[in-house]
Amino acid sequence: MTAKANETGTAAGVYAPRTAASGSLEGTPVSLRNLTRAFGATKALDGMSLDIAPGELVALLGPSGCGKTTALRIVAGFEFADSGEVLVNGKDVSEVPAAKRDMGMVFQSYSLFPNMNAMDNVGFGLRMRKTAAAKRRSKAGELLEMVGLSAQAGQYPHQLSGGQQQRVALARALAIEPHVLLLDEPLSALDAKVRLQLREQIRNLQQRLGTTTIFVTHDQEEALSMADRVGVMSKGKLEQVAEPSELYSRPATAFVAEFVGTMNRLPAQLAGPGTVIVLGISCAVMEGGPTEGPVDALVRPEGLTVAAAEGGNGIVTGRTFLGATTRVAVLLSGDTEVRVDVPSTAGAEMTPGTAVQVSLPPAPVLVAPREQ
Amino acid sequence: MASLTRDLGIATAPPPRVARSRRRSFSGWRWVVMIIAGIYFLLPLYAALRFAGLSGFKDVFTTPGFGSSLWLSIRLAAVTWIVSMLLMIPTTVYVHLRMPGLRRLLEGVTILPIIIPPVVLIIGVLQVMPLALRASEWLLALEYVVLAMPFAYRALDASLRAIDVKTLTEAAGSLGSGWLSTLWRVILPNIRTGVISATILIVALVLGEFTMASLDLKQTFPVWIVLFDQENAQISVAASIFALFVTWVLLMLITVVATRQSRRTGGGEVTLFTAAPRQTIGN
Repeated sequence: MTAKANETGTAAGVYAPRTAASGSLEGTPVSLRNLTRAFGATKALDGMSLDIAPGELVALLGPSGCGKTTALRIVAGFEFADSGEVLVNGKDVSEVPAAKRDMGMVFQSYSLFPNMNAMDNVGFGLRMRKTAAAKRRSKAGELLEMVGLSAQAGQYPHQLSGGQQQRVALARALAIEPHVLLLDEPLSALDAKVRLQLREQIRNLQQRLGTTTIFVTHDQEEALSMADRVGVMSKGKLEQVAEPSELYSRPATAFVAEFVGTMNRLPAQLAGPGTVIVLGISCAVMEGGPTEGPVDALVRPEGLTVAAAEGGNGIVTGRTFLGATTRVAVLLSGDTEVRVDVPSTAGAEMTPGTAVQVSLPPAPVLVAPREQ
Repeated sequence: MASLTRDLGIATAPPPRVARSRRRSFSGWRWVVMIIAGIYFLLPLYAALRFAGLSGFKDVFTTPGFGSSLWLSIRLAAVTWIVSMLLMIPTTVYVHLRMPGLRRLLEGVTILPIIIPPVVLIIGVLQVMPLALRASEWLLALEYVVLAMPFAYRALDASLRAIDVKTLTEAAGSLGSGWLSTLWRVILPNIRTGVISATILIVALVLGEFTMASLDLKQTFPVWIVLFDQENAQISVAASIFALFVTWVLLMLITVVATRQSRRTGGGEVTLFTAAPRQTIGN
C-alpha cells in the first residue's frame, strides 16, 4: 500500500510522505511525560511534560541552559532521561536506540557527511534501510528538488554555502519519512537573510508534509513566527505552552512575559484583591502573580502612552526608529526607565530631554514580585 | 652622479631598502640551509651509490636471504598495520566521542614506547613471553604495534580533531546507522588522511626497525642487511639503497593518491603528521 502510493507520488512528481499514503495528512502524536534529567547537581530537566498533536510544530524556546536541547536529545535518543517517558504514537520509546526511532534530525552545526555529495547525503538514511539504489536516487532527487537544490546534487558539502548545507540536511532528515522531525537550532549558524528564507522554507515544507516537528531555538522571533505553539522553558521546566499570540498577550508567568518581547517593569502597589495601582491609576490584575508584598506591574511598550507635557512624570532619554513606530526611552521619576512605542509621526517631537507624561490605559496588567 | 642618486635613494626611501636587503639576506640564508641539508642527506647516498656500483645492484636480487628477509619485513608491516588499525581506530574514536577528558592521558600513555628504549622493551617482552610465541615471527609484529602506537595515535587524533565526530555520529545514528556502519561509512572516510599518515609511519617504521628484530633473532630486511654486510658490503649497501628507494616511492604514491582523494571532498594536502583542516565556508 505504502509503496504503491509512493510510486504514484513519484510519477506525479510529488513527494508522497507515509502519512499521505495512509490516507490522511496527519503526523504522529508525541508526548513527553514528566521527564527529568540531572547532570551532576544541575537539573537540566525537572519534570517536563508536553503533548504534541500530530502534524504540529512546537518550538521550545528558552535561554541557554534551560533544558530545551536536552529535551530534544532525549526524544532523539542521544540522551536518556533519569525518569519519565517519551511516547511516540502512544508507545514508550525510552528503550529504543536512536537508530531505530525513525526521527529526522537537523543539527545546529553542519552535519553533512563531508565524504558524500548532496545526493548521497540525502540518500544515506534510505541506504541504511536497504532501499534499492534506483528508488533511493529518485527519492533523494525529489527531496533535493523540494529544498530547491537539484542542481547541487553532485556537489560535496564543502562546495555548498551554509544555508545550502542546512537545506540538504533538512532533505536528508525528511528522506526517511520520519515520525518526528527534530530541529536543533538549525538556523543559528546562518546569517540573517538566509535565516529568514530558510525559516519560511522549513515551515512550508513541514506543513505540506504534515510531519510532527519539535524545533529548539533561543531566538524568540524564530519561535513565534514558525511554530503552531511555543513552549517557553526555564530551569528545566515548561513555563507556558501556548500559541504565539497568546504567549505574547497573555503570558502566564513573569519569566515568559519578560523573555518574550520587550517588557517594562513599573513599581506598583497592591490595593485589595485583584487591583493594583500603577502610575497613579488603579488597574485590574491578570490571573496569577503574587497577592501581597512589593510588586511590579509588567507592561508592553505598546501598552503605555506618552505625550509631551511640561512638568510631566518623565524625561525622554533616547529613541529608536523602528519604521512605522518609534520606541521612546523615558526615565520616570524614581529612576525607572520604560520604553514606549509611539507612531513615528508623534515620535519625531520626542527629542531626548523633552519632558513627557507617561500614562497607562486602564487595562488589566500582569504583576510580578518586585526585583531587587 | 651615480653616488648622488644612491644617496638620494637612501635619503628618500630608506625603509624599503632595508626591508629588501633583509629579505635578500633571509632568502640567502635559506639557500645556505638548503645546501647544507642537501649535502648532509645526499652525500652519503651518493657515496653509497658509488660504493655499491652497478654490479652490486645486479646481484642484490639473486643474493640468498634478500627475498625472504624482505618478504618477512613486508608481512610484518602488513600485520602490524592491521593490528594497529583495528586497535587504534576504535579506541581513538571512542575516546573522542565518549571520554574526551581522557585524551590527554591517552596521549601520555601512547608516548611511552618512545620514551622507553626498544632494547628495554624487547628484553622485557622476551623474558615473559611463552616459548611458542617467542619462536613465532608474529611476536615481532605485536611488538611493532606497541612501537608504532605513538605515531598511529597522533596521526588519527589529529584527523579526528579536524571533524565534528560527535555530530556526524549522531547524524548517522538518527538516520538509522549502527555503530559499525557509522565507523565504516562516515568516520573512516573522513579521517582517511590520518589513517594514511599512520600507515606511512607504520610501514616506514617496520621496514627500518633493527634493534628488536635482531634481539628477537628474526631475520628481517634490516637485520639481513647488517648480517650480509660482513659477507659482501657492496651488495648490502645496494640492498639498503634499494629499500630506501622502494619506501620512498611507496610513500610518495600514498601521499599523492590520498591528497587527490582528500581534495575531492574538501580536505587538505596529506602530510605525515598533520591532517590539514577542512575548508569551512560561511554562508
